Amino acid sequence: MLHEPATKVEKDAASDWKAKLGIKLFWLYCVIYMGFVGTAVFATESMKLPVLAGVNLAIIYGMALIIFAIILGLIYNYLCTKKEDELNAKAEEAE
Amino acid sequence: MNYEANPIAVAIFLAFVGFVLGISFYFARKAKSAEGYFAAGGNIHWFVNGVAFAGDYLSAASFLGICGLIATMGYDGFLYSIGYLAGWIVALFVVAEPMKRLGKYTFTDALDSKFNSKAIQLMAAISTLAVSMFYLIPQMVGAGVLVTPLLGLPHWMGVCMVGAIVITIVATAGMTSTTYVQFLKGGLLIIFSTVITVMVLSRGLSTESRPDTFNPKMIAAADADTTIRVTEAKTGLTFVKIVEEGVANWWIVRGDNLEQAQSKVEMHSGETLYNGAPKTDNKFQSVGLVTKLPDGQTETGSIGPLNYFATIQESEIVRYPKGKVAKFDHEGDHVKVFVPEITAGADLMIPGQKFKLKDGVGKMNFISLMLALFLGTASLPHVLIRYYTVPSQRDARKSTIVAICGIGFFYVLTLFIGFGAMTLGVIDVESGNMSAPLLAKAFNIFLFSTISAIAFATVLGTVSGLIVATSGAIAHDLMDNYMNVQMNDKQKVMAGKIAAFAVGIIAIILGIAFKGMNVAFLVGWAFAVAASANLPSIIMLLFWKKTTAKGIAYSIGVGMVSALAIILSSPSMYGQYGLDPASALHKLDNPGIISIPLSFITLVVVSLMTQKDNEGLSTEAP
Repeated sequence: MLHEPATKVEKDAASDWKAKLGIKLFWLYCVIYMGFVGTAVFATESMKLPVLAGVNLAIIYGMALIIFAIILGLIYNYLCTKKEDELNAKAEEAE
Repeated sequence: MNYEANPIAVAIFLAFVGFVLGISFYFARKAKSAEGYFAAGGNIHWFVNGVAFAGDYLSAASFLGICGLIATMGYDGFLYSIGYLAGWIVALFVVAEPMKRLGKYTFTDALDSKFNSKAIQLMAAISTLAVSMFYLIPQMVGAGVLVTPLLGLPHWMGVCMVGAIVITIVATAGMTSTTYVQFLKGGLLIIFSTVITVMVLSRGLSTESRPDTFNPKMIAAADADTTIRVTEAKTGLTFVKIVEEGVANWWIVRGDNLEQAQSKVEMHSGETLYNGAPKTDNKFQSVGLVTKLPDGQTETGSIGPLNYFATIQESEIVRYPKGKVAKFDHEGDHVKVFVPEITAGADLMIPGQKFKLKDGVGKMNFISLMLALFLGTASLPHVLIRYYTVPSQRDARKSTIVAICGIGFFYVLTLFIGFGAMTLGVIDVESGNMSAPLLAKAFNIFLFSTISAIAFATVLGTVSGLIVATSGAIAHDLMDNYMNVQMNDKQKVMAGKIAAFAVGIIAIILGIAFKGMNVAFLVGWAFAVAASANLPSIIMLLFWKKTTAKGIAYSIGVGMVSALAIILSSPSMYGQYGLDPASALHKLDNPGIISIPLSFITLVVVSLMTQKDNEGLSTEAP
């Protein structure tokens, strides 16, 4: 039995570029996430320090992780869409 | 607490269930082909798919479990929010587009796209079943939790009801009806959670307890008959039984005074009394109170989001931690006394109430959980199958971003909802799972009814997705691919429907058996099994060209078995078996820190040993 996609897959000249960008952004987020886990485990008391408007590091860091994920996702989509349009147009021209 | 059915809640609930079933029957005609049944024809709009992702993902564990954990344990519950959301980064940046490119109906298709290997088909299908079953248990437990206050029915009846409705949804229209149920529920959940948050902030914080909240009296010990005394070993506290007007209550000895406590007594006659009376007498009340606000304030009035947290940090709050429940036998009766503890807000706003971060095992458990949450999302079969419902890779990416926005926004709200429940006195000391709906009830009954109906729909949406994933694993991966059972398109759909029915029945049984466990905690295990069994294979298939079919199959097997073995022999499971958790084989409750690296190592070693299997295959990573 073949495992072809449910819908016909379009040619994508930007897939390698997107994969590389994805990995870079993944590692960027991963480092910040590990920083959070490390601080929580090895410097728990420092999480009590007020950092913004009297709110402690734990709340601000946690919220920032969520908001940063959203921002990073939007940036990634913008860059990928732009590159897809650019490279796929070139590929079509070449054909 | 005693829960009574509310007519408005019943009406909204029935209307919602009727609507959901209507959607299913409407879309039934679209689900006659295998592609329509398992992947909604691959034609769902990316925005609808993104919200449906959120509806699928924001399960009972998120709405009931996380809010409940924050309400009872503080910040530790929010760690689940952070981990669950962070997992979407892996899904977006690493998995989304390749999964869409390589697969057909299930993630097994993607893993097997390069090899056409029986071993991969078998192991990936088993892994899908194992992960989905682990994920199903807390959803069904959540269903039972919800139906009690909503409809006044017992836990088991709620579980059976959800099972029956979900089987109907999935068996009629498969992924199409499931998608629209999830879309509807995801959207409503986010909207109404925002409404609750606005109400929490509008009310602000107050040291005055609400009328129907337990507010213990304090009396001088000298004024009472204290002849019946029991000292409990675990808490080290002494309790006194005082009978007034024929009603027996337990009080806590506090120096020269006695503090009133709430108690649950299972009499040797078989009857259970709550604060000395049957549950229906409503003497057993919800708890939670701010005892001290900064600068001697008694109430803050309407308050901004950051100021809300800053104020809680400088306040003191009465909690009833599970670890402080005194249990003893008295004259043949089993007595539970719920002991209050005043906790500084600053301690509730950092990790450490649930996760014991001061010892090595606690640290390891915490790291292990956060690792599993981060890596688990992108390996959950019911999440991965949603990539096959959109037309293109670009749509897969866009729908993931919509999901991250919706889910991220909701998880920020969990912090307000959880602390709102903690400080507004709506917590049921027996189970924190109902904290969010009960918080809504504190504002008004209509909001409670709507939120409960949405929470019920939350369970329906997620369970539907899980059952579609498992029925795909059975009908498509096992029967069609692995066993080569000759089926035409119609027969494949029929096999999927029969599988959905069988899985639904098993889910009902498990939901009844696991009553009482925190749903977020249980989902943590599902993530651990998924991250251990599936993620190493997905990552290495995409990024390491030496990966072989045997490497993938062994990696899935080792990851799954090691994660399950660690979970089944964990202290928490010992508690579930009725054994002493301290006598468990090991102290690790979360297996990810061992099972995930083990799965990666297995894949690398086995692949290196079986390189000749790759001869003739494309040398490029897919």
